[in-house]
Amino acid sequence: MITLNGVSKSYGKGQPAISNMDLQIDKGEFVFVVGSSGSGKSTLIKLLLKELDPTEGTIRVNDQTLNSLRRSQIAKFRRGVGVVFQDFRLLKDRNVYENVAFAQRVIERPNRVIKKRVPEVLTTVGLAEKYKSLPRELSGGEQQRVALARALVNRPNILLADEPTGNLDPKISFEIMKLLEEINERGTTVLVVTHNREIVNAMKKRVITLKKGVIVSDEQEGEYHES
Amino acid sequence: MRVSTIGYSTKQGFKNIGRNWMFSLASIATIGACIFLFGLIFSIVVNFQYIVKNMEESVSITVLFEKDTDQAGIDAIGEQIRARSEVTNVEYVSAEQAWEKFRDIYFEGSEEAAEGFKNDNPLANSSSYAVYVKNIENQDELVKYIESLDGVRAVNQSKTAATTFKGFNSLIAYISVAIILILLFVAVFLISNTISMGITIRKEEIGIMKLIGATNGFVRAPFIIEGLLIGLTGSVIPLVALYLMYNNVVKYILSKFTMLTDIIRFMNVNQVFEILLPVSLVLGMGIGFAGSIVTIRKHLKV
Repeated sequence: MITLNGVSKSYGKGQPAISNMDLQIDKGEFVFVVGSSGSGKSTLIKLLLKELDPTEGTIRVNDQTLNSLRRSQIAKFRRGVGVVFQDFRLLKDRNVYENVAFAQRVIERPNRVIKKRVPEVLTTVGLAEKYKSLPRELSGGEQQRVALARALVNRPNILLADEPTGNLDPKISFEIMKLLEEINERGTTVLVVTHNREIVNAMKKRVITLKKGVIVSDEQEGEYHES
Repeated sequence: MRVSTIGYSTKQGFKNIGRNWMFSLASIATIGACIFLFGLIFSIVVNFQYIVKNMEESVSITVLFEKDTDQAGIDAIGEQIRARSEVTNVEYVSAEQAWEKFRDIYFEGSEEAAEGFKNDNPLANSSSYAVYVKNIENQDELVKYIESLDGVRAVNQSKTAATTFKGFNSLIAYISVAIILILLFVAVFLISNTISMGITIRKEEIGIMKLIGATNGFVRAPFIIEGLLIGLTGSVIPLVALYLMYNNVVKYILSKFTMLTDIIRFMNVNQVFEILLPVSLVLGMGIGFAGSIVTIRKHLKV
């Protein structure tokens, strides 16, 4: 599902953000990518979304080689990858329903499909009753659920979550993680970038630890070691 | 693109206008001024052309012959004049016809006095050709040619009014093209500013759109629609104003200058708008489209 072969990414002349990385994530896996700031986690997410191109090496995501993807093909590629951010990135002037429907409109789904899919996915994330609320009327956890609903509404094969609990208290963070686990159990490959040790250690999933752009450990049912 | 997507993009286009309505209003006003001026000048120019054309059709050159020219000579001169490409019509006016016309005009009400000339036509030897030209500007050349023909005594022409009109018309056309061009640039610049404001305001939204798989067309469409809407509004308003003004202005001119009513005929408002309406709409929307495309290319590399 995700394959990196000898991938490096340098921004300038200094230390590369990602250095000669090999990585394989299979369909249906739940993976944590951990590491302190500057370890290359965010760069990895950007490479997987083709927001950045690698300086060296090849990246394959969802059976597509990103290196050879033309500009016109990027939009279509991204439709198969859901993404969630630490700061939720919701549209502040639109209600919950419209924020989720937005993802469907962007890929030009007809209105009748939108009307069916959006309530379904809002039920999945437990926000069916708040569909009329604006983001500012919601708690942080609820906003992240909206962001998750938006990422899921297009039924992606892969879900990338960049510090999804970074702005949330521990209880809510666990709720979000449980939701991600449920999504994973339904068949979506989930990759979560985080530095929340408590959660990582509690979830008992595959943990890939990065340090200065290099994978220093990759363990099934792993833990977040202090680096 | 799906119908629902077009609907969505149009809605977003309207929203963009609402979000920075001050800039949108400034753009609409500039396009409005541009189209209004264009419409005004267009109306004046086409009316001048219409009037000049009417004048040209009624203005003729009168060709008089030498005393001893016989009918065969007169016919030969007629053939030579007819052969010229700038000539639309040549009418022969006999001495009798000339006298009748003269009598009708100058002896109106005192026909008895004219009776005295019954058997002694004062205009004998005044048979002539009335020559009509296609374009009044070619008249001088034609007059020179006719004067050089054998058997021609004199060539009379009356063209001062028409040529003055025509010269004035060209002057208006040149000045107006210059003003419209300047306004066009200002309008495109203002729309470009409006759109780039919209792009700045929606930067985050555009970023999200791109990450969840929006195509370039989908991201750009609302901004193009915004430009087109501004252009459309900016052209409809002055067109309505011009339509309402036109008949009143024509009436005013004719009431102030009653002596003109016989000479000058203005075009009907619908005749003017047959061309003005589509051209102005295309021009307004074209300005809007150009303004948004220029900006999108510059600021929205998706």
